[in-house]
Amino acid sequence: MERRIGVYTCHCGSNIAGIVDCEGVTEFARGLDSVVIARDYKYMCSDPGQNLIKADIKEHGLNRVVVASCSPRMHEPTFRRACQDAGLNQYLFEMANIREHCSWVHVDKKMATEKAKALVSAAVRRVYYQEPLETKEVPVNPNVLVVGGGIAGIQAALEVADSGHQVYLVEKDPSIGGHMAMFDKTFPTLDCAACILTPKMTTVGQHPCIKLMTLSEVEDVSGYVGNFKVKIRKKAKYIDEEKCTGCGFCQELCPINVPSEFDCGLGKRKAIYIPSPYAVPNKAIIDAEKCSHLKGLAEGKDVCRICQKGIEKKGIVGCEADAIDFSQQDEIIEVEVGNIIVATGFQQFDPTVIYQYGYGRYDNVTTGLEFERMSNASGPTSGEVLLANGQKPESIAILHCVGSRDENYHKYCSRVCCMYSLKYSHLLREKVPEAAVYQLYIDMRCAGPGYEEFYERLQEEGVNFVRGRAGEITNIAERPEEEGKLIVICEDTLVRRKRRLPVDMVIMSCALEPRADAEQVARTFSLSRKADGFFLEKHPKLDPVATMTDGVFVVGCCQSPKDIPDTVAQASAAAARALAMISKGKVEIEAATAVVDEEHCAGCRVCVGLCPYKAISFDEEKKIAHINEAICKGCGVCVAACPSGAITGRHFTSEQIMAEIEGVLV
Amino acid sequence: MRYYTYFPGCSSSEGGAKAYGRSTQAVSKVLDIELIELDDWNCCGSTPYSSIEEIASFCLSARNLALAEKRGFDLVTPCSSCYVILNRTNSHLKEYPQLKAKVDEALGAGGMEYHGTVRVRHLLDVFINDIGYDAIAAKMKRSLGGLKVAAYYGCQMVRPRPSFDHPENPQSLDKLITSLGGEPVPFPLKSRCCGGSLIISEEALALDLIKKILDSASVNGAECLITPCPLCQTNLDAYQSRVNKKFKTNFNLPVLFFTQLMGIAFGLGEEDLGLKTCIVPTERVLAKYL
Repeated sequence: MERRIGVYTCHCGSNIAGIVDCEGVTEFARGLDSVVIARDYKYMCSDPGQNLIKADIKEHGLNRVVVASCSPRMHEPTFRRACQDAGLNQYLFEMANIREHCSWVHVDKKMATEKAKALVSAAVRRVYYQEPLETKEVPVNPNVLVVGGGIAGIQAALEVADSGHQVYLVEKDPSIGGHMAMFDKTFPTLDCAACILTPKMTTVGQHPCIKLMTLSEVEDVSGYVGNFKVKIRKKAKYIDEEKCTGCGFCQELCPINVPSEFDCGLGKRKAIYIPSPYAVPNKAIIDAEKCSHLKGLAEGKDVCRICQKGIEKKGIVGCEADAIDFSQQDEIIEVEVGNIIVATGFQQFDPTVIYQYGYGRYDNVTTGLEFERMSNASGPTSGEVLLANGQKPESIAILHCVGSRDENYHKYCSRVCCMYSLKYSHLLREKVPEAAVYQLYIDMRCAGPGYEEFYERLQEEGVNFVRGRAGEITNIAERPEEEGKLIVICEDTLVRRKRRLPVDMVIMSCALEPRADAEQVARTFSLSRKADGFFLEKHPKLDPVATMTDGVFVVGCCQSPKDIPDTVAQASAAAARALAMISKGKVEIEAATAVVDEEHCAGCRVCVGLCPYKAISFDEEKKIAHINEAICKGCGVCVAACPSGAITGRHFTSEQIMAEIEGVLV
Repeated sequence: MRYYTYFPGCSSSEGGAKAYGRSTQAVSKVLDIELIELDDWNCCGSTPYSSIEEIASFCLSARNLALAEKRGFDLVTPCSSCYVILNRTNSHLKEYPQLKAKVDEALGAGGMEYHGTVRVRHLLDVFINDIGYDAIAAKMKRSLGGLKVAAYYGCQMVRPRPSFDHPENPQSLDKLITSLGGEPVPFPLKSRCCGGSLIISEEALALDLIKKILDSASVNGAECLITPCPLCQTNLDAYQSRVNKKFKTNFNLPVLFFTQLMGIAFGLGEEDLGLKTCIVPTERVLAKYL
């Protein structure tokens, strides 16, 4: 059939036309083989721009279309749709990226125009060989997997579950609640974190549509949007959760003391323990690494078991519910879901590496999270702010930007530290009103509803704001008033002087950083990471919850540092996206998949092992490979690997790719 | 045998730190290192001079680099000041084309050129990274059995850019002391300024800084200090009595070059060590190791 190609060059305002001579490119396109019409227009993606294409398809009988504009990531679907609307199969459309790949990265107008011409020439040659393909629709499994049980995961799970769809909520810790459950108050309203969070936590625990799996981790994800298969490892808790009543008596019997993770190591827990007073599920678990019975078992000894059998001599009985089961093993649970919401959160930057701040070397130099626990009524000091020697501090310095806005550690601003530092100041004014409080800041960043007002309130409350980053904390006194104190050395940039502030306690507002296992999580869910290590969203502005893997969403601090309101909003957004897909009920599958030529397949099975999506099976009867088109992503690994050239990548045939390369070169 | 081009700098060749130069050569020999002195070298460019005559200072410095480039080996210096200046010349010539043009012109007038390929290294870097702590310990003839040493790095070697050690909490000398059987004491002021050349122009200020450093070492139980910097050694050693007089203290802390301490552990004699050139007497502390 005769090829009739239309070429449309977009100015993108001045984004492209400022560097590339769009008229020149259009003129060049007119001279290319099989091109019947070439136009340029200010905004091709606008309605009039799309209408140009639609009209030309009808009027000039176009059967191939090339648009030279931006990256296909944003507008390929737009133009494909325009072609479909005019009755042209969407795979007969090709896009040349002359913005991101050309005008935005070059300054020489003449050279940039030449490059744009080469890219157009490549697209025209390629589209010549493109064939119509049909997309398929597959049903969407209405179940949703939520990974991570902090406020982000809790919110997303509740939103989906309230619509009546099944949610699997997987949490690696023994209880849900995440970091928010550790906080004392929340800025700027000073709500108690537990008061607003625990109702949501218990709702999750009791929700008929939520299957909660704590101390569990996702090990493997296969399948594709709408139809994922997920393998979850539910680690042994050595407790029969059905039987445990959460009475906590076992904790009183257990003789082993361990620093409590929930209290940042400031308080103790037992080897058998309920993680926090408001844990969900409110059940005990046994820490296998610390339990002397479980450690003994490994050496073939039967020791302790006091929690189970009690102390006979004293007439104390052990677990009355008979819930303790030392023989419990890890369980692998497989579930099928249509959408996945990743809400794995952050970790606090470890300030030990900033040697000059002396964290870990000096007493009373604490992190923000440690202070949250100390200030919390359920914490190790029952909410009292105390020094290591048990006395109340007379002066406290709060250091902003520890690990943030620092090219040695993290260049980014962690966004929440200014506000939570203000919150600490308020709590300190409340709990130790006699004490002087200093805030050492670079800039105060208080953007948000009620945030600036909170800052003003703290100024009125008599907090000392010192503009300057702390350079060092030392205990070497130079003046009598510094004896026995921690001396914070900084440059006060407002008075342009070096200052030495003698204080009793230092709180470091540490950066929020990607979790240490972020890379592993990224691999499991096929996510990309940004330069700063957080998970990459599909588009930073217009699609901040979706990812490049369809059906997988990222929410909360695993995507970037953010406060609770933003986290909740993002979690709800992701839930809405998942629900939209569920309510549509089906999802379109990309037609650009690989296909096996049965005549040429020798049955060597090389492709079967290589396919990253497990889309290829071996047909034992015909002795040939078979590709499941619904699972195939069209990545092309099998195409390149097939020794007999029997596999073709649809929409990426050798013919098409060679033509494209030739187009660039001539 | 490993070969390096050696840049002694003014202090350790003819200046006040001759013992540094001597012990550097002797210790290197034990470690199978051959330090080949750069022919016809001149002043490194020096910190004070560069703040007065910047271009001239960079030209002086670049001349050394140009000479070293012909030889091809890494350029090694035991002096922290030379180390910083030569390195700064290297990086500035890469970063500032205008400066490079002027320096190239000056070098050209003398029929020389520099292409920026010389790696400038501190002697300590060569010892710990090319030779290694284990190989150093293997050459030990007598252990420093529990000698309490404060490792004083000075401000220049680890700053302004992190090189082979941490700028705030350097560890290389501490590990070296440990590998020789000594005991490095905690020393918070280990990379604080000793006053440098201010001892000449602002004596009161420099004496105050020296006093703080000696105080920190003494409070933490050090019996002596070691340093990789000739100027630090001079300030801490030669001005110790003046500090004592001014602040009514009674510091009596020998200040050695790290190479002298290594030499003691390697069993070298006074000829190589030059311990007698120290102003605060060393016998009281070191007699039992000699």
